[in-house]
Amino acid sequence: MIFALELAYWQQTLIKVGVVAALVPAAALILGYVFLLKMMSHMQSRLGPMEAGPHGVLQLVADGLKFIQKEDIFPDRADRFVFATAPVVVLMSTFLIYVLIPVGPDLVVEDLETGVFLALAFSSISVIGILMAGWGSANKYSLMGGLRAAGQLIAYELPLVLAVVGVVIQAGTLNLQGIVAAQATGEIFGWGGIGNPFILTQFVGFAVFMIAVQAELTQTPFDMPVAESEIVGGYQVEYTGFRFLFFFMGEFGTAFAFAGLAAVLFLGGWWVPGIDVDSNVLNVIGPIVMFAKIMFVAFLIFWFRFSFPRFREDQLQSFAWKVLIPVSLANIVVTGVLKVAF
Amino acid sequence: MPQIPGLVKGLGVTFKTMLKPAVTVQYPHEKEEPPTRARGVIALHEENCTACMLCARECPDWCIYIEGHKYLAPPRREGGKPRQKNALDRFDIDFALCMYCGICVEVCPFDALFWSPEYEYSEPRIADLLHDKTLLGHWMETVPEFEPYESGSEQKPKKVPR
Amino acid sequence: MTAISERRQLAYIASQAADARLNLELETGGMTINLGPQHPATHGTLRLVARLDGEQVVEADPVMGYMHRGYEKLTEVRTYPQVTTLVNRIDWLGSFANEVPFILAAERLMEVDAPPRAQWIRTVFFELSRIANISLFLGDMALQLGAITPAFYAFRDREHVLNQIEAATGGRFHPNFDRIGGLKDDLPKGWIEETRGAMAKLRTFCDIIEDLVSGNEIFQARTRGIGVIPPEVGLAYGLSGANIRASGVDWDLRRDVPVGLAWNEVDWKVWTHPDGDSYARFWLRLMEVREACGIVEQLLDGLPSGPIMAKVPRIIKVPAGEAWVSTENPLGEMGYYIVSKGDLVPFRVKIRSASFNNISITPWLLKGVFVPDVVTILASLYFILGDIDR
Repeated sequence: MIFALELAYWQQTLIKVGVVAALVPAAALILGYVFLLKMMSHMQSRLGPMEAGPHGVLQLVADGLKFIQKEDIFPDRADRFVFATAPVVVLMSTFLIYVLIPVGPDLVVEDLETGVFLALAFSSISVIGILMAGWGSANKYSLMGGLRAAGQLIAYELPLVLAVVGVVIQAGTLNLQGIVAAQATGEIFGWGGIGNPFILTQFVGFAVFMIAVQAELTQTPFDMPVAESEIVGGYQVEYTGFRFLFFFMGEFGTAFAFAGLAAVLFLGGWWVPGIDVDSNVLNVIGPIVMFAKIMFVAFLIFWFRFSFPRFREDQLQSFAWKVLIPVSLANIVVTGVLKVAF
Repeated sequence: MPQIPGLVKGLGVTFKTMLKPAVTVQYPHEKEEPPTRARGVIALHEENCTACMLCARECPDWCIYIEGHKYLAPPRREGGKPRQKNALDRFDIDFALCMYCGICVEVCPFDALFWSPEYEYSEPRIADLLHDKTLLGHWMETVPEFEPYESGSEQKPKKVPR
Repeated sequence: MTAISERRQLAYIASQAADARLNLELETGGMTINLGPQHPATHGTLRLVARLDGEQVVEADPVMGYMHRGYEKLTEVRTYPQVTTLVNRIDWLGSFANEVPFILAAERLMEVDAPPRAQWIRTVFFELSRIANISLFLGDMALQLGAITPAFYAFRDREHVLNQIEAATGGRFHPNFDRIGGLKDDLPKGWIEETRGAMAKLRTFCDIIEDLVSGNEIFQARTRGIGVIPPEVGLAYGLSGANIRASGVDWDLRRDVPVGLAWNEVDWKVWTHPDGDSYARFWLRLMEVREACGIVEQLLDGLPSGPIMAKVPRIIKVPAGEAWVSTENPLGEMGYYIVSKGDLVPFRVKIRSASFNNISITPWLLKGVFVPDVVTILASLYFILGDIDR
């Protein structure tokens, strides 16, 4: 049976807006519960929240409700407009990335030709939001955090983009659906059994991408901007209530989005071996497959977060400029040569 | 064999810990047993107390309040003198002030005070933390027997009067 | 144990000089921030007023006293057993170790010697409090540097030591177990076996910390070469304990100034490190925990039998005189100078606490250091506010 409904453009847009609007908080809740509350707890030999709902599943819902009902305060000398809009800017960039990630052959909000490029461009909007938060808080610690963040996020944009270029060369297209199709229809030395997930050939690119993602999300070991034990929250320190909730949702929502990007670019996206890439079945099981792959990538991100101490700002920068960028440039060169040769 | 980088070993440690069961004891659904000598609450064996005031004097916080009066008890033998004895009117320990140092228990010459590992006596009002004679007597039921000592020791465990 | 390479040192100095030249040209103003008194990096209410230039500290001044509890005045109006109780709370992590120098000084004035079994068990508890204190440090320094997990392992494995202290004394943090002339009570049955098990678990903990923290390349990049204390400067400021041994000075009061406890009866080693940087201080304390586990196991093997308390009168009146005893506490050298006029109550007690001298070096040490390194250095010096302010 083929489901085919003719919907007007405005009806389609409404459904898409609703899906994305519901998906971002849901993604933040799921990632927050599974990794921040439960995985971190078990890695630290403890149980985590157990009282709110069975095994603490409702803890983040309770936290969200608590944040929403808090008083909306502004620091005395803060720039009110800048202070208030900073979290919105950060959250906006999260929502924009969700527009591009495909979860099935037809399940994507907008299938744009320059998908990858746009996704990475959208993720850099959050830098402005963080700088606004750091400046607008009228707090020396926030300012330090904001400046650290600006330097770090801009520095790690480059390895992020360069790591993806290798994938683009191999796939031959910037379109995300096209990249999934290239992985699905590709062959490893003539055997098309599991397609050609780019993680096998682009393992260097995957490593650089994951490190750059860790830095873009300001997760340990790159969490200098929010170094809890020094500047106690950095640019987030003056935010309470629902504004802090925006930052929190932005962080975990972006983690979900980047994990989705990594799954699409390196792990084969919504495709599973054994099913034809155009089949309608993938519209049903594609989301489940993507969810599984996203959970795997997010597991890697958070595992690194809970195990390592943080880099100092100058070590962070020298790592990006002196190690990651040359490595990813070399990766591009090798990929290009091999693509032309074979 | 090349050395495994420290980063990887660290990841291994957290991964292995994640797979082992957690060590959390979910109070109040599960409770741990404190050891026998744990200093939870002080119990009073009123019959032994002679209101000598030593514990009240030695307490660093002055959290023990004692009031007593003397009375004449009948003589032991026929034709003897009436004996003067102390009776205890009031014996309160204010656990809001108590440091749980144990000086009062140690100093009592008549073995009237004992430690009990009981710790669940928190109250919503601070004034209720002043335990009076009756409540301190009730804590005697929770006082465990003294443990035997390690080999090589010359001490003999004392007996708790019941 | 390699010394830091010359090239790294020269490169660091050259980058500092370049920064200084640039700052002079641009003449950017400084920013004064307060690290504390409420701050996750300072172990308690320490306030550090720092003038920053960008991310570099131009000068730093510690402001102490937010936790002053008036100990030395209190001791003038409390009897000796009461002072023993109070003194537990100076360095609240190294519980039993606080009581020992005070009791030893009083015993010296009374000319009373505790029986051998009491001295051995005192040493066991002293080393147990060292293990409890320093294992918290191992997890806590990693926490200051951003690794959140080792702190939980530290608390989890420290429980074993605290359970043992509670089983024998009744209190986990404030044992109040030492008495003039011996100890309050003897060990309960089965304690020695359980403590041996606890020591095995602590050794596993040290291995975990070695894998997770000190072997970690990021940790080493954050701590090697940071906060180097030359031995002469350290001695001039009165540093003691692991801080001075990490600069290469071979000085340990347990071995060099015998006070009657049982350290010279067992086989153990004093660790030193030539570098004097934060990594050296961390590594040294890790080795000291392992060494303390070994000391406890040897002491438990050879524990003599006998009485636990010497003959002392019921009401303690210490004869007139003055006595000074200091011991190698977990934080450094802690000492008590007791002046007695023959009463129930000491006339004056001067408490020499290790952390007060340990942080006096911060104005000198923190010049020209980055803000993240300030936290590293404070964490590696390891002070407890109760010990600084008393």
